[in-house]
Amino acid sequence: MVDALQELLQGLFGSVFPLVWALLKIVLIIAPLLLCVAYLTFWERKVIGWMQVRVGPNRVGPWGLIQPIADGLKLFLKEVVVPTGSDKRVFVIAPMFAFAPALAAWAVVPFNDTLVLANVNASLLYVMAIGSIGVYGIILAGWASNSKYAFLGGMRSAAQMISYEISMGLALVVVLMVSNSLNLGDIVNSQGKGIFADYGLGFLSWNWLPLLPMFAVYLVSIVAETNRAPFDMAEGESEIVGFHCEYSGMAFAVFFLAEYANMILVSTLTALLFLGGWLSPVGFLPDGLLWLFLKIAAVLFFFLWIRATFPRYRYDQIMRLGWKVFIPLCLIWLVVVGCWMMSPLNIWK
Amino acid sequence: MEFKTFVFYFFSAILVFAALRVITSRNPVHAALFLVLTFFSAAGVWMLLQAEFLAIALILIYVGSVMVLFLFVVMMLDINLDRLREGFWSYLPLGSIIALLMVAEMALILGGNYLGLLESSVPQAAADVSNVKAVGRLIFTEYVYPFELASVILLVGIVAAVALTQRGKRKNKSVNPAQQVFVKASDRVRVLQMPAEKRE
Repeated sequence: MVDALQELLQGLFGSVFPLVWALLKIVLIIAPLLLCVAYLTFWERKVIGWMQVRVGPNRVGPWGLIQPIADGLKLFLKEVVVPTGSDKRVFVIAPMFAFAPALAAWAVVPFNDTLVLANVNASLLYVMAIGSIGVYGIILAGWASNSKYAFLGGMRSAAQMISYEISMGLALVVVLMVSNSLNLGDIVNSQGKGIFADYGLGFLSWNWLPLLPMFAVYLVSIVAETNRAPFDMAEGESEIVGFHCEYSGMAFAVFFLAEYANMILVSTLTALLFLGGWLSPVGFLPDGLLWLFLKIAAVLFFFLWIRATFPRYRYDQIMRLGWKVFIPLCLIWLVVVGCWMMSPLNIWK
Repeated sequence: MEFKTFVFYFFSAILVFAALRVITSRNPVHAALFLVLTFFSAAGVWMLLQAEFLAIALILIYVGSVMVLFLFVVMMLDINLDRLREGFWSYLPLGSIIALLMVAEMALILGGNYLGLLESSVPQAAADVSNVKAVGRLIFTEYVYPFELASVILLVGIVAAVALTQRGKRKNKSVNPAQQVFVKASDRVRVLQMPAEKRE
């Protein structure tokens, strides 16, 4: 069927066919992603509702299923207030800066051995580089609002993101050290080998077990990196004000979407780097896309779960955890794994 | 025109325009943002040269962290443009000498091929080895001493920066978590036993 479609389009567009084909693939990734973002907000409200013995949204549509669409429509129709004295151009660009990297990173994310938009050699580096741009959205939003609260909030969130990017990066260095590659597809495939995988217990040879401390550091870091509870300084309405306090309507919605798109992105990365991507956990079941989606959903559920469980961290505690606990831990574990790989006990050959 | 040539000119045009805006825009934050755009376009040009590692590293390091810290500083500055303009004419001679020197140096490098200064043309990437591997191998074998030296200098820089800010007595009132976890309820709260009173 794919071949037939390819032929049809080739006849239709002629020489610009590769461009059209690439655009089609991009749409095929982005459209489901945006739908997932919308329904992630719905799922979050439902899950937290159940955890707190409530029902969650249940009025719009059957079981409240149309709720995210209604929310989107409401935000879309609201007025975007641009504060007086704000830098209007930067004020409008800032939400795009926050949202665009979360979409652009998907260009190199592999869904199975062959299904990837751009199979780049250094795809992990690309994801990290694109991911590090998201901080501009926050810092520019804070500055362009021309408000002291937004400015301080922007500084705070930006400092938090930069700090946790370091521990995240160091955890990833350990991963790419043991898998001997920067390519996300190769990293996944390297997790399918090992003693346990030979016994048919593949899930024990994925990176999460041998690199357990790094897995823990990475899990906490991605929560802090996406500004989610319990590290959600930006949303602590009652005690502290965030960078988007001057934003309204669709401009605010884009920040909101960026947060959820980032959550899905980092969950996918966790599934690929530590949880074996599309590999099946046990030998008698085949590998496949379904496993990847299940793992992403599990990590996303973890996000929602800890949001319903833990109270918010204080800002100085967040910074201490990042700089004084995680970074030294990562540096030490980097050396430990290096020695492990050089010793006869090396399990990653 | 070949597509690759078109892409090169596209990136280069944006690069030159953004670089010009860096030095001409009045708002320092806008200037910093144009510098970010400059880095992006430069990364695009490097990508065309198949130096993918360098291109990604440029974005990861310069756009992702250096420029963010730059913005931090620039945003907090209170810049008065009139006061900055005051010394323009008195600094002009020195500035123009430096500019001329830079132009001459760049001419020497860019014209290296024509002047016969460079022995070889631009090195082509090996087809079978990935960019990262090639750079890593060179850094850790041939250039290991300069590389280690650079890292030691950077470390000294970090330590010096921390030492400069942390001089003198600690002024902040942050709590010590090591002491905090050993606090017992009896240290903070005193429970009084009071006999119940009867209503008259």
